Amino acid sequence: MSILRLEKIGFKYVEDWTLKDISFEVLKGEFMGVLGPNGSGKTTLLKLIDGILRPREGGLWIDGLAVAEMKRAALARLVAVVPQDSQMVFPFTVQEIVLMGRVPHLGQWRFEGERDFEIAREAMEMTDTWSLAARGMNALSGGERQRVLIARALAQQPRILLLDEPTAFLDIRHQIDFFDLIRRLNREQALTVVAVTHDINLASLYCDRIILLNEGRIHCMGEPAKVITVSHIQDVYKTPVSVDRNPVTGLPMVTPLSSTAMNL
Amino acid sequence: MTQGPVTLPRVLRISLSLLLVLLAVSVISILVGSTKIGTLPAIKELLYGWQDGYVGLAPEERTIIFSIRLPRVIFAGIVGASLSLAGVVFQGLLRNPLADPYILGISGGAAVGAVIGIIAGAGAIPFGISGLAFAGSLLTIVLVFGVAKTKGEMPSNTLLLAGVIVNAFFTAVIMFLISTSSQTQLRSVMFWLMGDLSLAEGKEILLTGLFLAAGFIVCFRYAKGLNLIVTGEETAMQLGVDVERTRKVLLVAASLVTAVAVSVSGTIGFVGLIIPHMMRMLLGSDHRLLLPASMLFGGAFLVAADTIARTVAAPSELPVGVITALCGAPYFIYLLRRKTL
Repeated sequence: MSILRLEKIGFKYVEDWTLKDISFEVLKGEFMGVLGPNGSGKTTLLKLIDGILRPREGGLWIDGLAVAEMKRAALARLVAVVPQDSQMVFPFTVQEIVLMGRVPHLGQWRFEGERDFEIAREAMEMTDTWSLAARGMNALSGGERQRVLIARALAQQPRILLLDEPTAFLDIRHQIDFFDLIRRLNREQALTVVAVTHDINLASLYCDRIILLNEGRIHCMGEPAKVITVSHIQDVYKTPVSVDRNPVTGLPMVTPLSSTAMNL
Repeated sequence: MTQGPVTLPRVLRISLSLLLVLLAVSVISILVGSTKIGTLPAIKELLYGWQDGYVGLAPEERTIIFSIRLPRVIFAGIVGASLSLAGVVFQGLLRNPLADPYILGISGGAAVGAVIGIIAGAGAIPFGISGLAFAGSLLTIVLVFGVAKTKGEMPSNTLLLAGVIVNAFFTAVIMFLISTSSQTQLRSVMFWLMGDLSLAEGKEILLTGLFLAAGFIVCFRYAKGLNLIVTGEETAMQLGVDVERTRKVLLVAASLVTAVAVSVSGTIGFVGLIIPHMMRMLLGSDHRLLLPASMLFGGAFLVAADTIARTVAAPSELPVGVITALCGAPYFIYLLRRKTL
């Protein structure tokens, strides 16, 4: 059953189409990756799904509801975003940040109640951040901060989790920790995940399906083994690569080839 | 000192404590002054003096308490609260710890209006100087928002730059006006520029209080949205906040509260900058607590500062802005050193 459906979406900021003719469906509980070079429209696509931008053409539906007719708060109860990183001028505590996930469920005046504290606590326990609850957000390491942002997203109790290059500032261990956690939530809670990333190998490892964007259009879409091929990657990224099978997982693995570095 | 998340009981508890602080400071302020009045009789007079037939202090002492000191204390409280409230909102909205109520040039516009008023002798008519100052600040708000608006949006950085530039322009205008003014006018101008709580009349005090009350209710309503905007405007949108509307409403509310306060009291510095920081260090960054706490503590702070300003060199008075900076800066540095931001 599809939970997210895009139909012939087109978007432009000014003149040229940033995205054109984008149609796809994401199934409930699916882990969908979005790959593509810089400027291919990945982030714009994410902003269309979370309602920050409105499409010029076409429409999108979440759980059968048209996003165009939804209020912001209603959309925030369906879709949560884990951003790249979050640095704050005025530091909130971890618990305060996670509780902010409850805001779309509260009215303008209402304070968080027992139930909201309970939900926030559960979200922090799931992400192993409960012990950090009283700490200031700016006193955390990058990996800890990302876990807190996942907890905030979980506190929103969304149907779809959007990841916007969430591991861009993390080292390899924290990248794996991060995606392991997301994958576990994805499987255990049947939480649908749409992840934008630059890391083709991580996408190969975790995603059920991958959308490869190029110049605002879908270049190809499907299982990692189908999408991550030498011809697709070279066509889109315009750089020589080799694609091998990972000896352990059997999944496709991309290695960039530089003629300069290899003295060819 | 940040004990867990903000709940309604916690907001009420802290607000009530700070209200008691404000009341205590106010009573002390009423008791001191160049004319000595006995402490106990004066407190009795404050408690029962409004009743018909109560015989307490002599009529002239009564006048000093009820017609001179009490209005002045109330006024100082309202102005301090207004500047602190606006300071919290501007710092949050612009996500800039250096922001204060004057950062958008509202004070500069008010000052130009007031200085023109003083030089033209508008002090003789009711609302003469404050009316011109208010007109000046309103004009500035329209000007700055207009300059900062690009394609229907008002980015924080553009807004900040517009404010700084407008302020610089007005400073030049004020310098020009000062250079053409006489000795006696100059003293009035200097006092106004440094902040002067002795100018206000009953109606002005009432009006300032009304703007403060309305401003607080509006800002408190959008406090949760402001929390989210502080963590980033895009994040706020993703969490369901109507960012554009929230920003617009808060900007206008904080600007108007500032404009009114500045118009009747001059440019009292420092309060709107340090009180929000103090409260944030002590109570955390949640605006649902920060707004009422800053308001009440800012009120108490300015009442105390004004008490010092009018007693330390009695019978002459110091500009209250001098005291706010002299007392505020060291205490702020102490807080900064004690707790890393």
